[in-house]
Amino acid sequence: MFGRGSGAAFSLSVFSCVVIGLFLTACERSDSSAGASNKISIQNTGSDTMVQIAQAWAEEYDKVKPSVSVEVAGGGSSVGIKDLVQGTVDIANCSRAMKPSEREQAIQNTKKTPIEFIVGYDGIGVYTHKDNPLKNITISQLAEIYKEDGTISKWSELGAEASFCPSDEIIRFSRQSNSGTYAFFRKAVLEKGDFKLGSRDMHGSKDVVDAVANTPCSVGYSGMGYKTHEVNFLAVKNTDDGEAFMPNAENVVNKNYPLARPLFVYTLGEPTGEVKAYLDWILSPDGQNILKDLGYVPVK
Amino acid sequence: MDIIRAILGRLMVVLIYACGLSAILFVFGIFFFVFREGYPFMRDRIDWGEFFFSPEWYPNSETNKRYGALALILGTGSVVIIAMGLAVPFGLGAAIFVSEFCKGKTREFLKITIELLAAIPSVVWGFVGLMVINPLIIDVLGVSVGLNALNGGLVVAFMSLPIIVSIAEDSLKAVPDTYREAAQALGATRWQIVYKVLLPSAKNGLLAAVLLGVGRVVGETMAVLMATGHAVNIPFDSDIPFFHALESVRCLTATIASELGEAPRLLPNADGTYPEEADHYQALFVLGLLLFAITFTINLTADFIVKGVRRKG
Repeated sequence: MFGRGSGAAFSLSVFSCVVIGLFLTACERSDSSAGASNKISIQNTGSDTMVQIAQAWAEEYDKVKPSVSVEVAGGGSSVGIKDLVQGTVDIANCSRAMKPSEREQAIQNTKKTPIEFIVGYDGIGVYTHKDNPLKNITISQLAEIYKEDGTISKWSELGAEASFCPSDEIIRFSRQSNSGTYAFFRKAVLEKGDFKLGSRDMHGSKDVVDAVANTPCSVGYSGMGYKTHEVNFLAVKNTDDGEAFMPNAENVVNKNYPLARPLFVYTLGEPTGEVKAYLDWILSPDGQNILKDLGYVPVK
Repeated sequence: MDIIRAILGRLMVVLIYACGLSAILFVFGIFFFVFREGYPFMRDRIDWGEFFFSPEWYPNSETNKRYGALALILGTGSVVIIAMGLAVPFGLGAAIFVSEFCKGKTREFLKITIELLAAIPSVVWGFVGLMVINPLIIDVLGVSVGLNALNGGLVVAFMSLPIIVSIAEDSLKAVPDTYREAAQALGATRWQIVYKVLLPSAKNGLLAAVLLGVGRVVGETMAVLMATGHAVNIPFDSDIPFFHALESVRCLTATIASELGEAPRLLPNADGTYPEEADHYQALFVLGLLLFAITFTINLTADFIVKGVRRKG
């Protein structure tokens, strides 16, 4: 009898613990949501290239306006647009323009039209290892390197002496397909074509530059803001007999550099309230200077 | 009072029963969900010959979308081969050492350390592959890229070791001491005891340990995503040595992880078919089904093998 009684008491205490536990967590949750409403938060996801800009903006904005917290996440331009289409973010960063099909999906899903802002410009640098003697490259050569059925696979075919790379093989670094850089490069260089299989597809912009720095035989493309002294830029020519341009602010602004692109920010419908104030600040000289310091090109 | 107790007791029984059932429910629920998401693609679009025998994985092509998973399947296969080639001898060796040749503090220390390996998050392993093993492979083997099947295999070998060691050690421990004593009485050396008595009698448990290790490797995502180089590439060909461990590969799991974020889940048209843009999402779920089938078969086999041990015991 005693044994059974204590068993029931035990189960009773377990049960009450569970109930109390649930109750406590419920309290905690309602508390935290009440706390969050004091501070307005702007959700911001998207382009991996723009993550460092967006984070720098968010940090600075926290000083300008402490009552607003801007929460930034990366994931790739397509991820940002997907979040925007599903209405889970206020701002999507995007290093490529939104596709018409994505625009339609957004309107269908949220009944709001996505609004586009150009917040800066970026050049896609073609990176090589610092020991690589090659100085410039044409768009069509890049296409032959990266394209499905492309014909260039050796450095010697580009006229680079092979001493820096004994195997002579061009090792291609590319980006995973959710990246806006990937989409831009494909459109600008491969046109409608596909990438040659077998490229090493890296997760982030910085990963490509790190990988190129560690790999003498490699070539890679990434935002020009990620340049370090361990890698070289190739100057890019539009045509074989054209002039080669380095990726820098001047060449991006006057549109000489062939692989330059605008950086976009999208909102659902005309932005209002704090989101509008934040976007205005981004486009003000203060916001644009931050972008410039990171190696990108301001709008004005 | 007794009535309240009886009701509470009853309630607890029901609650615990429900907890037990929920595990089954979750497994079937997940299977159902994965199947439901992938099914329209298998019904309307898939070309099974292409899916299993073509390496051309072009889900994003603007002109010619192709869904050939061969390179991804073989990528996973190559990582499994390397990981098991490394983890099985080391894992079984460690299990034999811990269970038969070690005593007291050393033994406890080793067991805890090995189990600690399981506590390291997979993204940390991926980071080790990216930042430590990558330059090491480049330096030691003189290849140009260290992100390859060997790197991925090494990393997941470490990750599957704790599973292999602890299950193998359990099954060695399960061999009755009378076997050891009898062998010793017959004048067997320690090595002979291990080789002639313990390994044969624990072989089912050891096989299960290896299979569960394989299951772990097949399902691993983050570490292989970071360490294998993520290149759609078949590391096997007809040139000796047939298997080129120093080529970059891409695994099934890594493909799903890296591409699901951008693949939209779309609603069907009025006639029940899906727009072409929905294919990518659904194809990724078919890859998920394939993975599910592989790991399910492996775990089930391991389970039956272990059951076989118990029945004999």
